Amino acid sequence: MKRLINQRPGPVSTAALALLPFVVLALVYLVASDARLAENPNDKLLPSFSTLAESFVRLTSEPSQRTGEILLWQDTGASLRRLAQGVGISAAIGLVLGVALGAIPLIRSGFAPFVAVLSLIPPMAVLPVLFIVFGLGEVSKVVLIVVGITPFIVRDLQQRVQELPRELIIKAQTLGANSWQIVLRVILPQVVPRLIDAVRLSLGTAWLFLISAEAIAATEGLGYRIFLVRRYLAMDVILPYVVWITILAYLTDFLLKQISRRAFPWYHTGEPGR
Amino acid sequence: MTPRIRFENVWMTYGDQVVLERLNLTVAPGEFCTIVGASGCGKTTLLRLLLGEETPSRGRILLDGEPLPAEPGPDRGIVFQRYSVFPHLSVLGNVLLGLELRASPVTGRLFGSARRNAQDEAVAMLEAVGLGQALRKYPTQLSGGMQQRLALAQSLVMHPRILLLDEPFGALDPGIRRDMHELVLRLWRENNLTVFMVTHDIREGFYLGTRLLVFDKLRYDPDAPQAYGAGITYDLPIGQADPETLAEVLGRPPAASRKTSAPSHQR
Repeated sequence: MKRLINQRPGPVSTAALALLPFVVLALVYLVASDARLAENPNDKLLPSFSTLAESFVRLTSEPSQRTGEILLWQDTGASLRRLAQGVGISAAIGLVLGVALGAIPLIRSGFAPFVAVLSLIPPMAVLPVLFIVFGLGEVSKVVLIVVGITPFIVRDLQQRVQELPRELIIKAQTLGANSWQIVLRVILPQVVPRLIDAVRLSLGTAWLFLISAEAIAATEGLGYRIFLVRRYLAMDVILPYVVWITILAYLTDFLLKQISRRAFPWYHTGEPGR
Repeated sequence: MTPRIRFENVWMTYGDQVVLERLNLTVAPGEFCTIVGASGCGKTTLLRLLLGEETPSRGRILLDGEPLPAEPGPDRGIVFQRYSVFPHLSVLGNVLLGLELRASPVTGRLFGSARRNAQDEAVAMLEAVGLGQALRKYPTQLSGGMQQRLALAQSLVMHPRILLLDEPFGALDPGIRRDMHELVLRLWRENNLTVFMVTHDIREGFYLGTRLLVFDKLRYDPDAPQAYGAGITYDLPIGQADPETLAEVLGRPPAASRKTSAPSHQR
């Protein structure tokens, strides 16, 4: 018998092992839900799978009586738009500041401690400030995401730039590169796939701030809907929404990974499974 | 003739620690200097001084009679043991880079016929180092020896006045290393290079160089090992730059030229 650390599952067992926790979770839910519904058929806390499916179909097909739009799509559109704007702006700021801080010692000396202090401000604590300054509209929600994840991306990218081998920067200089050319042809192209990594890592945080902002002040959005129907204990709406958000987050992450692999094949050589 | 490189009483100190002291050295164009010595004896510091990555604490360094620029530049090419090539560029892109940077200060890229001309030049250089079949590959797809060939081509396409080699073959297998020796000697001869090469392998130093520089401490105080720096303890001419002698050296099997024994002070 091999040691535990040397035992590797085959392709079929890998898939089976990956599915196992999901199946167990579903079974636990099924049993608990059945038990509660047997006691009280009107129980709202753990709706049956059929109720969940019904309300999911209703959410994705029936237009809302008030606005005439299909709620799930409307909420998804609003949330994804805010998320894309927030994350996009953060990534752009992160790339520019991260490269500047990482590549140019004069800028690093001037601003790195400042960025380090800024990154310690809890973003939720400044949410009221954002509401006061930017109003309760779209801007404040996007800005909350930006405030929430930009410091992480900036500091991560600065670190990645500083981690580039010193030899490469020297080599570029012996090929006659000026500072701008080094940034443009040596640092930027090597750092963009690392920016995608940083964005993937910060997406979870971005969703956190998005849902928080929507919960507090919004008229549409996935987070808004969940917190709205909470008042009616509408678990049959909340649970499908949570699953839907999870699927969206997973797909975004998967998409970014694929883009990175297609666009930067050199960065991904040596990864397992390639 | 103006010496290519001249060290005039160069000292290198970091705080209390003296790394190099009283270094005087004159190197003529076309010399192939191999530099050996124990670890921490200033070999790499010498290379960093030549690169312009460090400036001497005392004394001065002249390149073709002019003070050496205080930062790396296109007149001094370098090949490191690792990380000498850009992972995000193809083999061709790596060699093209220097030509593009020189011609295009703002975008760092060439287009149209200028790019085609540069490409021809880069391909010719790559063929000279034996990489003509691997133009579209990325460095991570190359073996260690091929990566070092690429690094040499990338530096030489800029026609540097000095080529610096920092243990370039230290990580290679012996067979590959022998091929690389032939390549370096051929490139040195064909391109009229002045070479400084740091190596751990004294036999490699004897085989490749026209001049072997041995670095060691000139004085030693057991109570304060940092107090005195290293200098050149042996400066041995071991070959001549004229083509006949070279052809003779190259014609001999490598084993024969390696019979020369190491200086007795080597630990």
